[in-house]
Amino acid sequence: MRKDISVIAKMMSDKKVVPLQIVWEDGRIFDIDKIIDVRPAASTKGGGMGLRYHVRIGQNERYLFLDGYAWFIEV
Amino acid sequence: MFEYNISMRTILHSDLNNFYASVECLLDPSLDGFPVVVCGKKEDRHGIVLAKNMIAKKAGVKTGMVLFEAERLCPDLKCVVAHHDLYLKYSRAVRRIYLEYTDQVEPFGIDEAWLDVTSSPKCGGDGVKIAEEIRRRVKEEIGLTVSIGVSFNKVFAKLGSDLKKPDAVSVISKDNFKSIVWKLPASDLLYVGRATKEKLAKLNINTIGQLATYKKEILINKLGKWGEVLQQYAKGQDVSPVRKYDEREELKSIGNSITFYRDLKNDDDVYALLILLSESVCSRMKRAGFKYASTVELYIISDKLERTLRQSHLATPSNLSAEIADTAFALFKKHFSWDRGIVRGLGVSVSGFTGEQQVMLDDLAGNREKQERLEDTIENLRNRFGHDAINRGIIYTDQNMLDIDIKGTAGSLSSEVATANPLNLAKY
Repeated sequence: MRKDISVIAKMMSDKKVVPLQIVWEDGRIFDIDKIIDVRPAASTKGGGMGLRYHVRIGQNERYLFLDGYAWFIEV
Repeated sequence: MFEYNISMRTILHSDLNNFYASVECLLDPSLDGFPVVVCGKKEDRHGIVLAKNMIAKKAGVKTGMVLFEAERLCPDLKCVVAHHDLYLKYSRAVRRIYLEYTDQVEPFGIDEAWLDVTSSPKCGGDGVKIAEEIRRRVKEEIGLTVSIGVSFNKVFAKLGSDLKKPDAVSVISKDNFKSIVWKLPASDLLYVGRATKEKLAKLNINTIGQLATYKKEILINKLGKWGEVLQQYAKGQDVSPVRKYDEREELKSIGNSITFYRDLKNDDDVYALLILLSESVCSRMKRAGFKYASTVELYIISDKLERTLRQSHLATPSNLSAEIADTAFALFKKHFSWDRGIVRGLGVSVSGFTGEQQVMLDDLAGNREKQERLEDTIENLRNRFGHDAINRGIIYTDQNMLDIDIKGTAGSLSSEVATANPLNLAKY
């Protein structure tokens, strides 16, 4: 499944976008501890495509997608 | 230094499998495992199948079929409404991948493209490796599958992409084309439509091989110059280039086509739809900066899915939708008779753009100028207040026509711009 979420990100001068924190729907904020990989990819679980950030949040690894200006996460 | 030799080209033809339905399935995983069709309007039981997924296809569902026929074949059929904006988004995303390999990318409709990778520095210039990489990347990065034909000309590359589906690469080389291509039916060859197929059949030509080896003089005698061209295609001697991709490139023609939500059963139905299509085409022509068009082309799809494409040159180039519609309607009257069936889809395109127009002798009173002012006013009203702010009376004969803004996306199957190849339109 996919979940559309808010993300706090840094826009770099070289046009790269670095997600720093995700904001859950109940308002909780989680830090992205590590970006393991970034590549364009289709979301096999949630449907959709975009720039896929393979991230580590605490102990969990997740795929976070940036599609245009919208973010979603596979859950 | 690398030399470009026309007879040593590497051409790819990439075809997105079941494109519309695949995009819908991709975005809605709950459709997984079900037969799926894309249709114009879900609530309308007489809606027409615009596209289907592999499961529906295997059950016998065909594009152009009426929805209840499809449901009879697949009781668990899922019907989704077309999202043309999404299809464009996905089409562009795939095109961006193609453009990483070559700037010679020539789209053929929304879901197909030719790529000339002869000079590509990627994968050591190996066409098969490039095709495999594109196939893999489209699947991984976009989530769709493509079938790619690799060959030494466009016609065979297109044939190749039809050989194995989905998610496959097929090679038609100079060494194997006779054994692969020549046994295929002549109608598999690009540009061989129903009419040409029948003409060839009368000459006892049923396969591409028979076409390739037939006596040229008789072909020319029976089919004209076109017969010779088709034979060259069959022999693998197509030398047409893959155009360079440039979004701003000069448009050669502008067209719209539509598969209407119901069958068109009489002249009034057809005329009303031609008015809608012509208005859209004229409006887009003006937006693209063209003043007048000198050729009008009409495309008809019957309920038996027979396709007819006819064109007519205007005595005076025009930008008036009424004139374009009248010309298209005259073509319709000339080339379609109702005893052949009913009409399921129509397309209108204009080409031969020019900035000049001769004043007709009978127009010294300025009627044309008045008509132009009227159409400009209508366009302005629509820009300010929306497309349905003003309509012709004939459109009110069917409530569903009122909902259609062909230039936009609602209701239209294809509002893609046809470029150099007017046959682009014929795909829909």
